[in-house]
Amino acid sequence: MKLLLSWLKEFVDVDIPPPELKRRLLDATAEVESVDYIGGDWDPNLVRVGHVLAVEPHPNADRLRLATIDAGDSPQTVVCGAPNLAVGQKIAFATAGATLFDGHTGETAVLKKNKIRGVESAGMVLSERELGLSENHDGILVLPDDAPVGRPLVEQIGDVIFDITTWANRADLLGIQGLAREVAALTSRPLREPDRGFTQSGPAIESLLSVTIEDPILCPRFTAAVIEDVAIGPSPAWMQERLARHGMRAINNVVDITNYVMLETGHPLHAFDYDLVRGKQLIVRNAHAGERITTLDGIERELAPYMGLVCDADGPSSIAGVMGGSVSEISPSTRTILLEVANWHPGAIRRTSTHLHLRSEASSRFEKGIGPGVAMAAQQRALHLFEQLTGGRIATGIIDVYPGQQPARTVIIPEGRIEQVLGIEIPAAEVRRILTDLGFVVHHLPPNRFSVQPPPWRPDVQISDDLVEEVGRIYGYDKLPITFLRGALPQPEPNPFEHMRERLRDAAAGLGFQEVITYSLTDPQSLAPFVAPGDSRRAQPLAVTNPVASQHRILRTSLRASVLSTFAANRRHEDGPLRLFEIGFEYLPTEADLPHERPILAAVLGGARTDRWGRPTNERVDFYDARGVAEALFDAIGVRASFTASEEHGLLPGHTAGVTVDGDPVGVVARIHPASADVFDVQEPVFLVELDLEALVPGLPARPDYSPPSRFPEVRQDIAVVVAAGTPASRVLDLVRSHRVKGLSLAAAIFDDYRGQGIPEGQKSLAISLRYQASDRTLSDGEVARVQDALLKRLERELGATLRSA
Amino acid sequence: MPAAADPLEALREEALISLSDARDDASVELWRNHWLGRSDGRLTILLRSIKDQPADQRAAFGAGANVLKVTLETALEEKLESLRQAALARLGTEGALDVTLPGRPQLRGRLHPVTQTMRDCLDAFAQMGFRVFEGPEVEWSKYNFDAARIPEDHPARDMWDTIWIDTAAGDPREILLRTHTTPNQIRVMERTPEPPVRVVVPGKCYRHEATDATHEWMLTQIEGLAVDEGVRMSDLKGTLYQFAQTMFGRDRKIIFHHSYFPFVEPGIEMAIDCFICRGNDSKCHTCHGTGWIEILGAGMVHPEIIECHGYDSSRVTGFAFGIGVERVALLRWGIDDIRHFYSNDLRFLRQF
Ligand SMILES: [Zn+2]
Repeated sequence: MKLLLSWLKEFVDVDIPPPELKRRLLDATAEVESVDYIGGDWDPNLVRVGHVLAVEPHPNADRLRLATIDAGDSPQTVVCGAPNLAVGQKIAFATAGATLFDGHTGETAVLKKNKIRGVESAGMVLSERELGLSENHDGILVLPDDAPVGRPLVEQIGDVIFDITTWANRADLLGIQGLAREVAALTSRPLREPDRGFTQSGPAIESLLSVTIEDPILCPRFTAAVIEDVAIGPSPAWMQERLARHGMRAINNVVDITNYVMLETGHPLHAFDYDLVRGKQLIVRNAHAGERITTLDGIERELAPYMGLVCDADGPSSIAGVMGGSVSEISPSTRTILLEVANWHPGAIRRTSTHLHLRSEASSRFEKGIGPGVAMAAQQRALHLFEQLTGGRIATGIIDVYPGQQPARTVIIPEGRIEQVLGIEIPAAEVRRILTDLGFVVHHLPPNRFSVQPPPWRPDVQISDDLVEEVGRIYGYDKLPITFLRGALPQPEPNPFEHMRERLRDAAAGLGFQEVITYSLTDPQSLAPFVAPGDSRRAQPLAVTNPVASQHRILRTSLRASVLSTFAANRRHEDGPLRLFEIGFEYLPTEADLPHERPILAAVLGGARTDRWGRPTNERVDFYDARGVAEALFDAIGVRASFTASEEHGLLPGHTAGVTVDGDPVGVVARIHPASADVFDVQEPVFLVELDLEALVPGLPARPDYSPPSRFPEVRQDIAVVVAAGTPASRVLDLVRSHRVKGLSLAAAIFDDYRGQGIPEGQKSLAISLRYQASDRTLSDGEVARVQDALLKRLERELGATLRSA
Repeated sequence: MPAAADPLEALREEALISLSDARDDASVELWRNHWLGRSDGRLTILLRSIKDQPADQRAAFGAGANVLKVTLETALEEKLESLRQAALARLGTEGALDVTLPGRPQLRGRLHPVTQTMRDCLDAFAQMGFRVFEGPEVEWSKYNFDAARIPEDHPARDMWDTIWIDTAAGDPREILLRTHTTPNQIRVMERTPEPPVRVVVPGKCYRHEATDATHEWMLTQIEGLAVDEGVRMSDLKGTLYQFAQTMFGRDRKIIFHHSYFPFVEPGIEMAIDCFICRGNDSKCHTCHGTGWIEILGAGMVHPEIIECHGYDSSRVTGFAFGIGVERVALLRWGIDDIRHFYSNDLRFLRQF
């Protein structure tokens, strides 16, 4: 919505500068996107209103003429090429030194005295283009005849235009009067009303027209007037100029008046050619399925039953509150006007305009909710202008069908509510002043209650806190003190999941992984390499009805594609090792419910190891790097996990470990299958560590497994055992670790896996370091030997392992 | 008696001179064996010969020999110590490193700038007693809109362009990607039978929007909610004031502008004073010359929302706010394009 300062001033005195007005409106009323100063560059002494005293041919050029201009001082001669220049006109005149837009380059330039074809030109008669008003320089700008000669042009046609975005609940601010009311309240100035007077000299309206409302929910009120003997023609220049500054094209006096009154009051109006209204009756009803109408923009539209229509005896004449129909369009031959000022259900209008993809000035106002009480004032204002500007004769009486009339609403502000909500006490007189300035009828019920009747243009005000907002915003939120929350804190709730997730996030970063955040939406092609066709949940992801782009059309059921494609994208400019991780959701469809948003940590790593200088070497990151990462992550949250060979779609068999905690699967460590990696143009070995964070929560230790360090020395022994090559190392290690002897602890680690010379075919040697320790004594050699002997016997019995001879 | 006449004195001189000629640990070791060697060191032999001396000279000879032994041992210790000192001195000179060479590379990772900013925001609110709650990203339409007083056919829906989830034909469920974290106001109050409520709800939100330097279709929000008897708009001001100062500097000022969100009444937008130009640059890119930077929307929880969870809105009031985490990150680090965040270029991410 544009707000012209000149128009605003018709309704309220404005004695604060435009930047200040902008700030006050922004603080209290609506967003002010920009402020444009029309004529801000025009020097009041050099750019003035001139009077064309004479026009004569140029002695040396056919297309140029010499004009004598009176601009307040002695008459001056200028050379002018405009075809529309004529004696007696008031025009915009600039003398040397004025800064203007160059008609050819569009840049600003200072006007100089110069000779044109041998005749000196004292100045310039201006077009809109030189003034920066528009691109139009077909002819000079002609001012109204009553423009005072010598008046600075900025005073004549200068203005300030505020571009305002109003909130969705304030239809009243889509009119100059509504904005003026805000300014009046903000500056404590009286508000002036426009002239709504007119005479009714035509026939009784009842003899000309009948109106029937079939659906009072759709149409709470319908007013109609008839104006006869209208002379269609252009509207006056001042009206056209204001419409133009609101971005509206002048059409003819009738249409221009309806637009003008809409801009002024915020209430849309619609003019029918009365002679094209069949049967001289209007029926307001819902459309029938399949019914059609051609709207004023020339488009034939098919209607649905929830759409409102204004019909005549033969069918639809206009889409209610959205756009008129061409069947009753105003034309140059129109003689009699039927003027509709009706009120429409906001939801119905919005639904209609949304489904027809037809947003009009009218629909964008009605959908925000205009009180039905406003219609008659807009009707009267328009009739005043019709009488003044079209020479028409107004029928006696105005039809006013008003099934939605409601008794005046009263809203009570309870004792102390303003202070309770805002945290500041506002004096009762100030509360009354603010609400009254905004048009509310206020009764103060001492000590501190108020009974308030909202005005018809404020249907948005329904409850006491709506009034608290009215008072607060006009009073000024800058006056609110800064205070802090009092009262009890809510009960603390432990959140082990969040705590664990953030520990893992920090641990992953500490292990050299860069965190990434990727889009939750992806496409089926990206997901396919990692989702087994038989995985019913993952293979049927939720789809988006209206994707922002085709590569974002399904909700991901795996993070693997996201992190791998990020890996691939970064590989283009990173050689050497790459480590990335993300913590995000898999969105797993769930029958008859929202999807399960399963939190996943997905990390990928790959690339060459680096040398002392950080340069890639021939050695590459491998599976055991990935497993080491997983172990370090588990260590960070105090969880002991087991790794067993496993297989998964998209991961390389024989290079994939399923991870469990207490027997429950919690994730996977694997080399990504080269065929899957290839889909993302990754040709190098890439490894994945993926943890299901929810599954980890049950395994979190309540507290660490603590025992005090022993004061006695430990005994270290290294052994090598030979087992079948297919025996997983973890089985050997688990057995050793499970070997418990009273009063003695045994720690074990594998430090070599050897096959080859000296070891029989089909077998392997595992080197294990053992550390024996007691908490209460120094162990004797004999004691250690007895324990180790028993251990070796168990290894032989349970795993067929033999001690490797030297 | 001339010194040379004393055989012990001659030995002492010879030994000390030869020790002082030793230049390194190896020659010192040779010297030790020669003089103090356990079996055939010259002094060892001398000491062994005490018993062979005539009885009347034995005591004096023995005393002199033992003094000589102590002398040589002390000299040996001093010699070793001086060699150690000399070696250390050489380590700092001849063995000096070029400390300007780069270190051996270590693995380094960082948290995403949005995560970092999110944590800093949550920490700021944790200091004020706000606890963290999380809710679903894929949300019922009735929570995202209707419960937040944004009915269908209301133009306020234009404020949230929505990405909808496809449901099977005939499925009455309306599911969407939440457009804001506001539905969690309702979710939190549903699970809290009695006030007080004081939570922040972080999470991703989605808008059906074309991306440009300031718009992303995926964004991160923090919803704040405090509900209790006696919660006032001035408390909202204090809470956001403290937040602004924590995130943008202790000298920050804040201002409330009137705004409209259907789920709050009154509704405001908060701006902070421009810490880039301090209001002195009419061409400032950060504040567009206004001196103020819009940061977030907020307001007092609408009484209907308070009431629908069984709280008595005549006694219980609340405030709510919604913060765009990316916007905070853009501002605090002067990042010029929001699209950097989710393009995940390491050359960008590693700078934070
Ligand atoms: Zn600035």
